[in-house]
Amino acid sequence: MADAILRILALIHKELLTILKEPRSRVSLFLPPVLQCLIFGYAATYDLSNVPYAVLDQDRSAASHELLASLDGSGVFHRVAQLHNQNDIAPVIDQETALLVVVIGQDFQRRLAAGLPADIQVIADGRNSNTAGTALGYVGAIVDSFNANWAANHGAPSPPLQVTMRAWYNANLETRWYMVPALIGTLTFLQTLLLTAMSVAREREQGTFDQLLVTPFRPFEIMVGKAVPSVLIGLIQATLILLVAQLWFQIPFAGSYVTLYAGLLLFLLAAVGMGLILSAVVATMQQAMLYTFVIMLPFALLSGLTTPLSNMPDIFQDFTYLNPLRYAIDIAHRVYLEGAGLGQLVPDLWPMAIIAAVTLSSASWLFRGGLE
Amino acid sequence: MTKRMARKLSSQGAAAARLRRLAALVRKESYQLFRDPSAIAIGVVMPALLIFLFGFALSLDVKNVPVAVVLEAPSPTVTELAAGFALSPYFETQETTSMARAQELLLQQKVDGIIRLRSDFARQLNSGSGQIQLVVYGTDANRARIIEVYAQGAIAQYLARRAAEGHPSPGGASVVMQSRLWFNEANDSHYFLVPGLIVLIMTLIGAFLTTLVMAREWERGTLEALFVTPVRSSEIVLSKMIPYFALGMVGLALCIFAAKFVFDVPFRGSVLILTGVSTLYLLVALAIGLSISSITKSQFVASMATMIITFLPAVFLSGFLFDLHSMPTVIRAISYALPARYYVSLLQTLFLAGNIWGVVLPNAAVLAVMAGALMALARVVTAKRLV
Repeated sequence: MADAILRILALIHKELLTILKEPRSRVSLFLPPVLQCLIFGYAATYDLSNVPYAVLDQDRSAASHELLASLDGSGVFHRVAQLHNQNDIAPVIDQETALLVVVIGQDFQRRLAAGLPADIQVIADGRNSNTAGTALGYVGAIVDSFNANWAANHGAPSPPLQVTMRAWYNANLETRWYMVPALIGTLTFLQTLLLTAMSVAREREQGTFDQLLVTPFRPFEIMVGKAVPSVLIGLIQATLILLVAQLWFQIPFAGSYVTLYAGLLLFLLAAVGMGLILSAVVATMQQAMLYTFVIMLPFALLSGLTTPLSNMPDIFQDFTYLNPLRYAIDIAHRVYLEGAGLGQLVPDLWPMAIIAAVTLSSASWLFRGGLE
Repeated sequence: MTKRMARKLSSQGAAAARLRRLAALVRKESYQLFRDPSAIAIGVVMPALLIFLFGFALSLDVKNVPVAVVLEAPSPTVTELAAGFALSPYFETQETTSMARAQELLLQQKVDGIIRLRSDFARQLNSGSGQIQLVVYGTDANRARIIEVYAQGAIAQYLARRAAEGHPSPGGASVVMQSRLWFNEANDSHYFLVPGLIVLIMTLIGAFLTTLVMAREWERGTLEALFVTPVRSSEIVLSKMIPYFALGMVGLALCIFAAKFVFDVPFRGSVLILTGVSTLYLLVALAIGLSISSITKSQFVASMATMIITFLPAVFLSGFLFDLHSMPTVIRAISYALPARYYVSLLQTLFLAGNIWGVVLPNAAVLAVMAGALMALARVVTAKRLV
């Protein structure tokens, strides 16, 4: 038993040396996750700011100026064009000069002063309908607060119904708070899978796998020796991303690190299990890389990272229950933003434990088959 | 026979030989491409998988959001408002009488929002100042914001119905916003997801596959074997590009077909222009792939670099999913250096808006310049490494 542990430790030591010895491979393990986290943290956002809009103000009154001033002052919109007639609208939208055109009719102020509803028309470029829908939502909120102000300043009756909204866990509704914690799972998944699949393939390609076979190692020990370094490196990468999230993006961490790392450990075991199965199947490093990529793409797309799981048809939602990344992203969100404890994470933890157990034991079986 | 004629003849012969050599090389590369399972995986399986997932599984359209409606004191007014939410296609309501129960449901992720009507709601509304409390699960900010907009919509409809029944109309002097979504009246996210997918597939075939295969040839030294033959480096570069170019074009045709006939995405521009600009983008992608593999000469490093330089930006920095205006200045500046942004703009415009020259010409011009410059770079780095 003690012998076996010593042997495994030696193998882990050797693996870590292989992975970390070369400066280029060191850089390619730790730099890309940090860079990707920074770029996605800034780029992958559905929140809008700096949206170009144009105005066709046929009223040119104090009231219309007040409404436009609140659009300009919102920090979301900036005015790029002042239009003079209806025919100007199409070119501005078509040429992508503006994402929105706000049209204010001639009798805007007169109707408001007379206590009547006044229409404004907002035309949005729907080429990206999600962005357009969000922008229209922002305009709607600005119009609501304009109405409330107008009523208060002109002694008009306030609207009969008011909605107060509160968002839990992400009060300012920032997409970044959603994206960056999700990256802890996504980026480590890719790297761990790749690293594990490549490590055995490298030995096969260089012929050193045969040398391992003539040593006193048992197949199980070889597997553990390959799995542990990948898990360790995955944990280091996750820590780096966690640091970027907290120190650079200043996203407040609500939960406990012990809970997060416990969830991550289980997730990495599942990922390493998948990587080991892959490595038992492939013959060359190129195949290892390729299959990792082919597997990674559907897993990333069906994880809830870019589009919500609940929007998917049922059959795809069922498939996501086999996806360890789905649970990892949920755990990252719940611990990071909501401060969930281990007890609340049980629905995420047990499927991952099953995935880890199944993948690791089939990998071990495949290894034995390959070796004996 | 004069000297000049002889020279002319021999130069004609040289041209014919060059063409023959090129044809032979292209044939060799094509065999290699179609016999390589990895090429089939990236060139055929991945595009098909992407079309399938983007078309059927992924959607940004929020529908049937589970919400809890808290009716603290049931009354006809409250029931009517709750019915308004229940009838909306955007919500799936679950009624309860206590806020504590609703919060529990939210914590267990059984519902994504709570609409709370307090016990004095009916009385307040009749006196002209009703209050509704809306709590949303904010972790997924984009979804939360859409839920808020839909909730406002359901409430506005309720007020309009009430006004029609003779109750005081919703706020006399108020601005009413009427919105119109051009190019995508149905507000269907597939309209931009499916065309945007073309940029992913072209990048995958043009840049990623080329990088992988070329870097492998560098690693194995099979390019050096070509180098001792009379083949010129420009011919090698061309012969590598032609089969991948053809594969990329097949991918494009597949996407257009799927978009139009399987997913019912409108196509309002000209197929000819789309093919033209796609050719430009594919040339850019191929040139990037060749350059990276010639510079790094290692499969692992080359594929990592291609991933970071081409594929990930095609998803995140192209305007395909995320709005470019809203990104910080530095990130926006980076996006101008990447070809994907121009191609996505062209794709979205040609599919949904039509042949708008003010968008087509500048974007196509940038792609053309990039294609020229990167092809020159690919030739230089490949030639330098060969000699």
